[in-house]
Amino acid sequence: MRLVVVGNGMAGARLVSEVRARDPRMPVTVFGAEQGRPYNRVLLSNVLAGQARPDQLGLVDLSWYDTHRVRAVLGGAVAWIDRESRAVHTADGRREPYDLLVLATGSEPIVPPIPGVERAIPFRTLDDCDRIVKTAADSRRAVVVGGGLLGVEAARGLAGRGLPVTLLHLAGHLMERQLDPEAGLVLGETLAALGVETRTGVSAAAVERDGVRLADGELVEGDLVVLACGVRPLTGLAAEAGLEVRRGVVVDDELRTDDPSIFAIGECAEHDGTVYGLVAPAWEQAAVAADVITGGKSRYRGSRLVTRLKASSVELAAMGETHLTDEHAEVVRFSHRARGTYRKLVIRDDRLVGAILLGDTDAVGTLTQLYDRGGPVPGDRAGLLFPGPASAARADSPTLMPDAARVCHCNNVTKGQIRACWEAGAKDVAGVAAATRATTGCGTCREAVAGIVGWLCEQEGVPA
Amino acid sequence: MRTHCPYCALQCGMAISVSGPEITITPRTDVPANAAGALCQKGWTAAELLTNGARLTSPLLHGRPVAWDVALDHVAGRLSAIRREHGPDGVAVFGGGGLTNEKAYLLGKFARVALGTSQIDYNGRFCMSSAAAASIRAFGMDRGMPFPVTDLAGADVVLLAGANPAETMPPFVRHLAGARLVVVDPRRTATARLAWLHLRPAPGTDLALALGLLHLAVAEDLVDVAYVEERTSGFDAVRTSLAAWWPERVERITGVPVPRMREAVRALAYAKNAYVLTGRGAEQHAQGTDTVTAFVNLALALGLPGRLGSGYGCLTGQGNGQGGREHGQKADQLPGYRRIDDPAARAHVAAVWGVEPDDLPGPGRSAFELLDALGTPAGPKAMLLFGSNPVVSAPDSARVAERIRSLDLLVVCDVVMSETAALADVVFPVTQWAEETGTMTNLEGRVLLRRRAVEPPPGVRSDLEVIAALARRLGHDFADEPGEVFDELRRASAGGPADYSGITYDRITGARVTGDRTRGGVSGREAGAGVFWPCPSPDHPGTPRPFLDAFATPDGRARFVPVEHRGPAEEIDDDYPVYLTTGRVLAHYQSGAQTRRIAPLAEAVPEPYVELHPDLAGRLDIGAGDLVRVVSRRGEGRGVARISDAIRSDTVFMPFHWEGTNRITNPALDPTSRMPEFKVCAVRVERVA
Repeated sequence: MRLVVVGNGMAGARLVSEVRARDPRMPVTVFGAEQGRPYNRVLLSNVLAGQARPDQLGLVDLSWYDTHRVRAVLGGAVAWIDRESRAVHTADGRREPYDLLVLATGSEPIVPPIPGVERAIPFRTLDDCDRIVKTAADSRRAVVVGGGLLGVEAARGLAGRGLPVTLLHLAGHLMERQLDPEAGLVLGETLAALGVETRTGVSAAAVERDGVRLADGELVEGDLVVLACGVRPLTGLAAEAGLEVRRGVVVDDELRTDDPSIFAIGECAEHDGTVYGLVAPAWEQAAVAADVITGGKSRYRGSRLVTRLKASSVELAAMGETHLTDEHAEVVRFSHRARGTYRKLVIRDDRLVGAILLGDTDAVGTLTQLYDRGGPVPGDRAGLLFPGPASAARADSPTLMPDAARVCHCNNVTKGQIRACWEAGAKDVAGVAAATRATTGCGTCREAVAGIVGWLCEQEGVPA
Repeated sequence: MRTHCPYCALQCGMAISVSGPEITITPRTDVPANAAGALCQKGWTAAELLTNGARLTSPLLHGRPVAWDVALDHVAGRLSAIRREHGPDGVAVFGGGGLTNEKAYLLGKFARVALGTSQIDYNGRFCMSSAAAASIRAFGMDRGMPFPVTDLAGADVVLLAGANPAETMPPFVRHLAGARLVVVDPRRTATARLAWLHLRPAPGTDLALALGLLHLAVAEDLVDVAYVEERTSGFDAVRTSLAAWWPERVERITGVPVPRMREAVRALAYAKNAYVLTGRGAEQHAQGTDTVTAFVNLALALGLPGRLGSGYGCLTGQGNGQGGREHGQKADQLPGYRRIDDPAARAHVAAVWGVEPDDLPGPGRSAFELLDALGTPAGPKAMLLFGSNPVVSAPDSARVAERIRSLDLLVVCDVVMSETAALADVVFPVTQWAEETGTMTNLEGRVLLRRRAVEPPPGVRSDLEVIAALARRLGHDFADEPGEVFDELRRASAGGPADYSGITYDRITGARVTGDRTRGGVSGREAGAGVFWPCPSPDHPGTPRPFLDAFATPDGRARFVPVEHRGPAEEIDDDYPVYLTTGRVLAHYQSGAQTRRIAPLAEAVPEPYVELHPDLAGRLDIGAGDLVRVVSRRGEGRGVARISDAIRSDTVFMPFHWEGTNRITNPALDPTSRMPEFKVCAVRVERVA
């Protein structure tokens, strides 16, 4: 069984390693359009922000291909698929036969057809990132076109490099697919404090030498212009081969296209009407496809989407259906704009179906897992938004502590026993320790015991 | 009489005085582990083990008291017959991490020489095997804490991964008093309450968390590049593997917020002195070895191991959990922490034992695999059991009990009638801790001497005497006096990784070892008790900090090993929607055979319980004090509901000191260490109507 993989990005590279982990022998050939080893695209924003080096992104070392007997053809684009004879052909005339083929061609950045757009740099690949960073070094101001997830991360990253940044966004608020208007507003305010000016409801008409010309004629100044206007699935190869393509290459629950010997995964694939643009679904698909290819029975049933912004000093997580209103769901909301805090839960049938968390909070871990697992939401909704020890702080005040309260865990000594022992004549900690063994284990209850002894002494007017 | 506590690996020093029927315990102050004179409730009440009347005092043959010779002759005769019929591997031996070094050693020799069986393993497989495998992989040697416990006093930050010493070894916590604690635990344990930062990963995701922390260390340039360059190998492969473990992904898997991960890594990296310590919470998983490796990788990246004042260590659990894993009661091992498949090791040990190397059996089955094979066509038909109670402590214990019941012969040596002893054909009543002499190697790798302080009850004999008496009946002459056995152990361990050859009882108790602290010596005050292995000659001072100059690998460098998170072997689903995690409580020890029989401890925690979150309890209509049934694919256990927000709402906790908890747990094994997955499985929880 010969496996050929077209595409060596996040999805393709993952599939190759998943297949190899399951089957050490299957002949595998992978074609990658980019020259170097596959890298983690998710971390590009960190590179842009100067918080990771490009050499920290590589997902495998090139030596991996030799040691795992995978043939990697890097920098060689596949030109067409011959489904008749089951082979792929590269532009330079190479022919590679397959028994099974996986398309993981990913997507390409959308470049708006406006004058001067070639002056702008799209933000998609490591090379793009490199160009942006180099240009930023000689720039005074930057403009980022597109206020989705990637645009916000790019703007924050450039601001972190000391550049004043203007973030232009067509919709009425930032990240409108993931956020409601108020969250978008709070995010904009948080970014403003970090040196990013947000302009929403504006459209770029042209990229000029000095900046971006808006549709209303205003010039937004900037000598670096970055494009983050979304992506489009790369489906040409599949379409030309006659596979069913809608927005993406249509696949079933086994990630198979309408040709059973051809699979598609990642951003080029469309499953159950959805084309996913995040890495988590791509990796879930890679795992399922690898299992199916190696004879397993896994099925892909769609992915739950959690968007987690990677931008320093901006903690943002958004998941699921955040736009539902009170008419259609139970909505719990807390907003504190002065602190950059916005939290929203969307609950339906006692399940968390959506959430927005803006600003640092420990709730993010709990809520993400609750959403991922579809588990029932606890009755105390506020407790979900404000986690922390729900029970009252330990009654440290000796006055308030009941006699049954255990003071010394290590020797199982209660306040009542300490009191009894004090009444029997042990008027200091050493005396209590000798009689009850309190404080003689880990020692962390010493202050509490001293507090009780002191309080008892005070009550009785005994000098402690 | 100066001796040590009968329980955990801290081996607190205690003095026992006898006055008529009264036995009094006082803490010693000359043992570093508890130099402050500390003891927990178990230690303070240990004298009741000697006086509580629960002792076995006569050998039992099919439940009836018989004379020693009758029982010994019967066992020897049956063993010979079973060996004749089924071959040497027809007989299994199962030991324990609470046995002295002398017993562990003699048991291993008895199996290999007198029985000729490869089928020997011990309950330490359920405790320390993952940490041991990871340490050997990284450092070339496994000494739980490769530094004296007192070194921790100088730490600024200590990360405790799946360790709960405030519950399991309270006096240890005093050594952490000066440090900021980062505690990794799904539960807000007694230790987590002391934490500066508590990270609460979902059960079974510690490995992902460690990878996320290491990713951040690399991304934030916190790696000690000079150290990595000079003292380690393999970092590049690990660094590449980390690209797939960015913190936001790890957050989704573990539930630990990214900002908390950042705080943890920065605290460790910015500390002048820092330690990473692991416990069973991280280790008792089917990916336990890799989990420890991931934490070791983190410690190595930050330049901690093998540096004075910093390091990595695991917190050994059982009293002789360290020594017990060194001297040959493990399936793949010979004394001195040698490998049984190493021809040079076989030649050395065979010479000490006066046999031919080729006569020594090879490696046998690991603990669970051994128990699971009992009575099967290909498995052993007889088992000799020492210092263990697998009917309570083994995973999937109902299945294990069934296997044990199917044996033709079960022989148990114990102090009390444990749940497993109750199934035995023959029970030998043996001496315990203060009634006998022997060495223990504590969690630091410090060899200590427990001395006989009281007269054993009439009618009991020591494990050593039982082993030697059986050996004699099988035609072999074994020493049975502890000092003599220890001298033989010293010779057998000579030249091995755990070299005891320079250690003597006199040195342990009277040693005044001095030396340059920075070069591995210990101060006079620390030298009051014990000698650190390796100690290859009588004039060698012992080795408190073995890795200061070089690690025990062929090139002297610590090895980075890339590992991947795989997740729990059994994930929650609609039928079993809650995680179960298990662990200890302060008042009890292991299978509870000792502590459940001590009145104040039984009073402190009288019965098994199920800890669950108020949200989960509310959903299941369970109130505090209700009897609750916890059911997995393997079996069920019961306990009284304790409702607490100290636990995640997707998880319940049960202590494992009673029969029942381990009927639920999952025997999925770690591929390297063969550690079962005690710490996470999928269950459903119901109120018992």
